[in-house]
Order: sequence, then structure tokens, then C-alpha cells
Amino acid sequence: MPDERKIILSASGITKVFGFGNTKTLAVDRVDLNLYEGEVVSIVGESGSGKTTLAKLLLGLISLTEGEIYFEGKKRDIRTQKKKREYWKNIQAIFQDPFSSYNTFHKVDSVLLDCIRMRGGGNLPKEKKVELMSEACGFVNLKFAELTNKYPFELSGGQMQRLMIARIFLLKPKILLADEPTSMIDACSRATILDMLMQLRDEIGMTVIFITHDIGLAYYVSDSVYIMERGRIVESGSPDEVILHPKEAYTQRLINDVPKIYEEWDLSTVTYPT
Amino acid sequence: MPKDFKLETREHIKQNVMLEVRDLTTKYITRYEENIYAVDHVSLKVKEGKSLGIAGESGCGKSTLALSMMGYYFAPLHYTSGDIIIDGRNISGMDPDDVRKSILGNEISYIPQAAMNALNPTRKIINFVEDVLQAHDFYLNKKELYERASVLFETLGLPKSVLEKYPVELSGGMKQRTVIAVSVILLPKVLIADEPSSALDVTSQKMVIKMLKQLLETGLISSLIFITHELPLLYNVTDEIMVMYAGQIVERASAKQAVFDPIHPYAKGLMGSIIVPESGLRDVKLTSIPGVPPNLKNPPSGCRFAERCRFVRPECRAISVPLREVEGGRAYRCILPEDELRNYYMREANQNAG
Repeated sequence: MPDERKIILSASGITKVFGFGNTKTLAVDRVDLNLYEGEVVSIVGESGSGKTTLAKLLLGLISLTEGEIYFEGKKRDIRTQKKKREYWKNIQAIFQDPFSSYNTFHKVDSVLLDCIRMRGGGNLPKEKKVELMSEACGFVNLKFAELTNKYPFELSGGQMQRLMIARIFLLKPKILLADEPTSMIDACSRATILDMLMQLRDEIGMTVIFITHDIGLAYYVSDSVYIMERGRIVESGSPDEVILHPKEAYTQRLINDVPKIYEEWDLSTVTYPT
Repeated sequence: MPKDFKLETREHIKQNVMLEVRDLTTKYITRYEENIYAVDHVSLKVKEGKSLGIAGESGCGKSTLALSMMGYYFAPLHYTSGDIIIDGRNISGMDPDDVRKSILGNEISYIPQAAMNALNPTRKIINFVEDVLQAHDFYLNKKELYERASVLFETLGLPKSVLEKYPVELSGGMKQRTVIAVSVILLPKVLIADEPSSALDVTSQKMVIKMLKQLLETGLISSLIFITHELPLLYNVTDEIMVMYAGQIVERASAKQAVFDPIHPYAKGLMGSIIVPESGLRDVKLTSIPGVPPNLKNPPSGCRFAERCRFVRPECRAISVPLREVEGGRAYRCILPEDELRNYYMREANQNAG
């Protein structure tokens, strides 16, 4: 019953062009998206297909060349810094490289303190803040007492990424945009991070957008999958449709290239570029 | 049947052990004079024409094992005990300079994770090949060099034109394949590939994998050791898989057994984290292993996995567990009998299904 679900974020014909004249690059080409409330969506594509640019456009980090983005049915308005902040209370992101998400000179708890301030808890007494922070750290299996007074370089990649999730737990946004959240960490921590994100989604009922090149991950977590090629969405639908029975040649090739364990992985189709 | 006959003869010839490691222990000495035994009594064997995979979490000692197996030690990594035998020749305890000159590249070749960064941006690929050869005392004239390199490149599906290019003109996948091709130019007996494809997208990754298999098939290398945490890749490339945990081997089995029928609880957890875009995945519950690997500065006296194990018993923490050989040429490091562990897994699977 697609009509009963509420559309939370929709994009119509969004386009982003970088550069001008001869160096013009069409990074995102007339993309239409409809995200329903509480849904998990994956945007899959190779490197350079425009996934991250699309993420930045949805977040409002870069300006649109053409097209419109509607948030909760209304046209998104982020023309001033104040309105942008207001928008970012609703949409938050986790990026690929947890190391670059932290300020090297600030202790890690400042990240969580910022979140409390953003939710309007800047004037809370210190004990209350610590309590909130400990709760968030507890959610991601970190001990807050061990984290205070630490600098980012003292944490491992997995710990940092979990702290990013703790941040989301404090902010409780309506939409979470996860841009390759697991590509920098190894396969076993990946399962942990995914579990946490899914648990968080159930807890605060947010919409999650996964931007990934990991087709297995997209298949495992998402309710619907979009395949991107050179800035365009070439195929979309439920994971069973798109990933198990792809129609487009591009999707078929992409899925063919992922190592398989249940079926035979055909290496004979590999052609070296000349 | 001539086809079968041929296969049999090949098997018969290929019984030579190319690389044997016996009880190898190596340690890192930190600046506070602490000893960290990152590789702890590891033994392995790779036969001619075969490939061995090493799996494990980050920080389990996979890459240290790779470095240790080359016999080339530099601070803070130090050799403690054990033997490394390459094709019948024991290289443990050799002088690092001798190892670099006569073993690396000639006998054993190593591709680190960021191998493609080794390319000098100001020099053409052909000069890179020349450098590698000269470092091993091969001085060829231009024509010979070009001939040798282009034959190698063409066998491995790399266009000849790559030789005349600068690294910036090549894509990431192409650079990685170039480095792999150059690393086998002296026909080493063993190639150790440490996460050769983890920085690449799936299409380039598949090319790298095909190339590694091609190296084995064409006999440019005699055996392959492949290290990665991506189990679907290991499954497709290697004949045998070894799972490492905290510097020790916890399970050794054929690729198929290791993925579909792991015995050790850690191996089981690792295999439970496999995500592949196939319909079979929907029936499997993704598991993660809680906790983190132990600090190797003072490793636990008993089983190193005890802290994270679901089936932990009091005796696990008391005695150190030896690697136990079981039927079918496999081994695992746990005090529980294999049938008991399998029963546990079966019960869990039934619970998840019901």
C-alpha cells in the first residue's frame, strides 16, 4: 500500500553540474527520488557514479544546479544559515571516513556536547548532560567514562564510527544519510555497525539512506534500492527485484562482479581494458 | 579418460611443499620495551600450485604474519623462534640484507595493501621495472628489458602501452595490476598478497582476482598466500583457509568447509558476518562477535577467545588450548569436541528459524 505511507523527502529532477565550459561535468543528472517515512533506502553505484554528490545535495551541503527538493511536502528552504541549521536537525549524516569527522584538537566528548546543544540542551546542568552522553554511549556499547578526555587519534576506526552513531542517537533526526558507513572497517565490525544502525532506526523510527558500493549490504538492509550510473538512476525497486533479477545491463554487470559464495562466481567474463 | 589422467599426473607432480612455516613466533618491541607477540607459534604449509587464505579481524596479526613469513625483519618487528622453509631452504635467521637481495622478489614476493603507492609519479612504468630488476642485480639493456616486461604484461592481460606511461595516467585498478605483474617478474615461488583489492571497486577487484588466479595457472608463481578480511573473496580464490585470532591460528580447513561448516566459535562468528547479494543470505542471520580482541601485551593465559566466546567454560581460562587436528585435514583450537560445537550451532540455527 504505497499510498498510505507518508513521503518524507522527495527530489524531482535534481541536477548538479560542476565546472563550466569545457570542464563541465554532469555529476548528478535529473534524479527523482521519493523517500517514505521509516524506510531504508540504498543508493548503489560504482566510484564516480555521483552517489556522494547526491548525498551532499540531499543534505544541502552543496547547491542544486536544477530541480527541487521537498521535505515533508514543503519545498526545502535553506537559503540562510539559520534555516540550514533548522534543516539539519531533521537530516543528519554519517560519513565514510570517521577520522575526518572529528576535530583533531577537540576532545571526543565535545562532539556529543555539540549534539546536546543542537537539541536545545545547552543550559542543562552538567550531570544531566553526562547522563545523556552516557546513555548514548551505552547504546553503542562504548563506556563514556573511558572516552572522556580522549582525543580522536586515541580511538580505533570502529570506535569512532560507533561514536558517530551515538551522535545520531542524541540528535534523533528524521532522516539519516549514511555515506559508506562501513567501507573503512573490517567485515566483522561491519555487522556490528549495521546492527546498531538498524536498532537505532527501530528505536527512533527514522528513515535511513545508505549510500554504498557494497551490493551485499544494500541487499541485506534495504527496503528499496536505487542503482546509479554516471549521475543517473538506472534502476530502482525492491532488493529482490533489483539485485536478484536485474534488468539493466549495468546492474547485471555490477552484481556479477561481486564475489559469490552460494552460486558460482564466474571469472571467465572478466575482460581487461586495453 | 585422458582429461582425468592429466589432472592426476599434475596432482602427482605438485606435491612439493613450496613454503613451510614451523612454529614461527615474532614480536614487536615497543619503545617502552614491551614485547607484543603478534605472531605466536604459527605453522603452515603451502604446496605447489595451491593457494592459502588467511582471514581474521583487523589487528589479529594477519599482516604481521605476512611480513614475518618473508624473513625480512626490521624494527620494531623482531624474530623470536621458528623456521621458514622456502622450497627446502631454511631462511630463518638470515641477515636482513641477504634476505632482501636474494630472497625477496626471487623466492618470495609480497604485495602490501597500498602497493600501487610504490609507483614513483615522476618515472615511467618501464623505469620502475628496471629498478626492480637492478635491485636484484639484473642489468638488462633497453631492448631486452622492454621485451621481457612486455611479454609478462601481455600474458597477464595488461596492454604493452602501459610500460611507456606514467602512474598518473593509469587508473587505480590498472596500477594495482601493474604492481602485481612487476612483483612476479623474477618468478618467485611464493606470492603473498595482503589485501590487494580492498581499495578497489568491484570491477577492478574482479580483474585483480582473475589475475592472481592466472598467475598460479600459468606457473609464474608456484603458490599463493592471500590475506583479506573479505571472506567471499577468500572462498573464491583459495584452496585452504586459515583463521587467525590474536596472533594464533584458530581454525584451518578447506575453503568450502571453513565457510559453510566452521568449527571454532570465532570462525563461526566471522562466517556469520558474510554479506553477499544472493538469495541464500536471507535465510542466514547476520551475527556479530561482541567485544574486541585481547591486548597482546599481556595476552590471557588460557584460550585467547574466552572473553568473547558464547560457550566459555571455567577451564577455558585456565589452560592454554593447543591446535587440535581432526579428520579431513582440518584443525581448530578449542577444548570442546567438534560435534558438541556443531550441535550448539544447529540449535541456534533452529531457534532463529523458529
